[in-house]
Amino acid sequence: MIPPTATPAATRITRPPGALVIEIEGVTKLYKMGAETIHALRGVSLKIHRNEYLAIMGPSGSGKSTLMNMLGCLDTPTAGRYEFNRKNVATMGDDELADIRNREIGFVFQTFNLLPRSDALHNVELPLIYAGLGKSGRLDKARRALENVGLGQRMGHKPNELSGGQRQRVAIARALVNDPSIILADEPTGNLDSKTGEEIMALFEQLYAQGNTIIVVTHEEDIARHARRIVRLRDGLIESDKPVE
Amino acid sequence: MRGRFIFSVLWPACLIVAALTGAAWLVGWLVKADPWLVSLCGGTALASFAAALLFGICDYGWGVFWPELTESLAISAAQVAANKLRSALTALGVIIGIVAVTLMGTAILGIDAGVERSLSGFGDDVLYVSKWPWRNVQDWWNFRNRRDIRIDYVEPVTAAIAERPEGPLKLAVPSVYWSANVIRGEYRVSNVSILGTSSELPYLVKSDMKEGRFFTEVEARGGRNVVVIGYDIADALFPNESPLDKTIRIRSQQYTVVGVAARQGSFLGMFSWDSVVIMPVDAFTRSFPIRWADPTIRVQVDMARLDEAKEELRSIMRRVRGLGPEQKDDFEINSQQVIRDQIDPIKANIAIGGFFITGLALFVGAIGIMNITSVSVKERTKEIGTRKALGARRRTILLQFLIEAVSICVLGGVGGLALAWGLSAAVGALLPSFPLVFSAALVVLGLAISVVTGVLSGFMPALQASKLDPVVALRYE
Repeated sequence: MIPPTATPAATRITRPPGALVIEIEGVTKLYKMGAETIHALRGVSLKIHRNEYLAIMGPSGSGKSTLMNMLGCLDTPTAGRYEFNRKNVATMGDDELADIRNREIGFVFQTFNLLPRSDALHNVELPLIYAGLGKSGRLDKARRALENVGLGQRMGHKPNELSGGQRQRVAIARALVNDPSIILADEPTGNLDSKTGEEIMALFEQLYAQGNTIIVVTHEEDIARHARRIVRLRDGLIESDKPVE
Repeated sequence: MRGRFIFSVLWPACLIVAALTGAAWLVGWLVKADPWLVSLCGGTALASFAAALLFGICDYGWGVFWPELTESLAISAAQVAANKLRSALTALGVIIGIVAVTLMGTAILGIDAGVERSLSGFGDDVLYVSKWPWRNVQDWWNFRNRRDIRIDYVEPVTAAIAERPEGPLKLAVPSVYWSANVIRGEYRVSNVSILGTSSELPYLVKSDMKEGRFFTEVEARGGRNVVVIGYDIADALFPNESPLDKTIRIRSQQYTVVGVAARQGSFLGMFSWDSVVIMPVDAFTRSFPIRWADPTIRVQVDMARLDEAKEELRSIMRRVRGLGPEQKDDFEINSQQVIRDQIDPIKANIAIGGFFITGLALFVGAIGIMNITSVSVKERTKEIGTRKALGARRRTILLQFLIEAVSICVLGGVGGLALAWGLSAAVGALLPSFPLVFSAALVVLGLAISVVTGVLSGFMPALQASKLDPVVALRYE
């Protein structure tokens, strides 16, 4: 189908979806703000499979952040079912959720959230410390993750010695290092100029091609179009869920 | 899963046992309960604390605990390095507390050592047969009417010792005391203790000669006017020369100095050989009324058989005094235990008073630690959120902040110990008689107290940090 004259930049590989990773059904979330009760999610159902590249979009107040926190096991639903790799997450305690986040989810934040006093290598090593991995194994994996995002020469640098794009690459290496089931990126280009943002999105494209499952939460149409499927939220409900042409 | 559940029940249980037995140990120590029971409580407390630590780590998971521990230590080191002034000021509170603890400890140990030094000057293993008991008595009239102790009782006692060389008694020596002025030319020392005794006294007391010798048996039997003088007396009467073979005057008699005792040092005005003049009993009799000179028979005994020795000495004395079976003892057998028994409550009072003062100082230090840990948690809320997102469990965050609090406390503890050591060394150099003794036990105690202070004061803020909701923490700016 792809014409032989197509430029490499336009090459898009779409991989067939694999096993079911996330299944949420009828999830609601209520917040109490003083006397007022806010319905952040009003019954959301969603299935995400391995090898998917998904964007979650929506204006502020649409429940986008709440859904992301839920998917990232940072928060649990008020009601509804959430299964992660066939395990019921909705009723898990704090420490079990921490283990799921550690092993199954790689976070990429808008503000990078690197430890300012640690060098790149140690930042990437951190999830492996919480996983209880030995020192040599940790350093090995952390080095490979950094090389994979093109920072093999910058391992000893502290965050303030790196550019914004490089910092986000460190954060992505940190997200990748424990071989998670999904990578969850919250506005990953929000603090970057558009050129650097494109570089980061190209990196995501590469990671997707390598077999990672990626969920990007964004309000920018341009960023969302890099994904293969876009879920749009409005007022705590899914407005549309369509593949990208 | 089940194994881990067992551990999570076991370690709090062990900790509770440790706390209870530890409290029992402290109470037992303060009220001086049966030492066997007290050490049983202490041992149980230590053992169950160790068990709690072990089970706690098993519950945590060793594979996770070790990397997280080293990570927490590294974070603490980085935090302290990044906030030098703040950490130093916080540690100052702990330093003051630890200095207070160790100085109080050195003072108590010093009193102990001072008392020991003074008492061992007499000879530790000596019983004293005299008219009066050393303890305070209400019915003094009963004692006043007792017949005097005569110093020639030494002979029958010595004979009894010679009869049973394998017995618990070893050597008997008479002693009489009077107070008099000692004069040499222009120099004069007032109210010096004059001790009359036999030539065998050096076998009883733990004191060396600085120069010269003790008087001989021949000199003693002949009642010659020879004296051995203490270090301070020699210093006062012969400031720039050797006192040997010179004469001193006591009352109307001239005495030749044959020896000077080595310096012993004194403690809180207690007895010291440094300010004593020793002469033969027969020379003593010529100048002083021996009846009123507290005549005492000092008997050296085998300390391992102290009770047997007391009993044997008692029966010898009853025979010598010609007491019938129905008559009560009309003499007293004293030992240094009486003096120690009187000093112990004083020591306990100092310890209790010091306990409150140092407790207060440590409490102020602990509040400082609590405050700084709180500030640290607030400052790093976002970092806590990030760490939680990356998979840090509650206990990981708790451990991290606890270790941070403990690190500052231990830094303060080490600083405090160094300062206390320096202070006690300086005081020791300037005032040699002031009792301060620094010991390894104090170092261990000081460090243990700093760790406990760190854990107690860091716990609340660390718990708050561990309970932070990751969603809220990540949004915190």
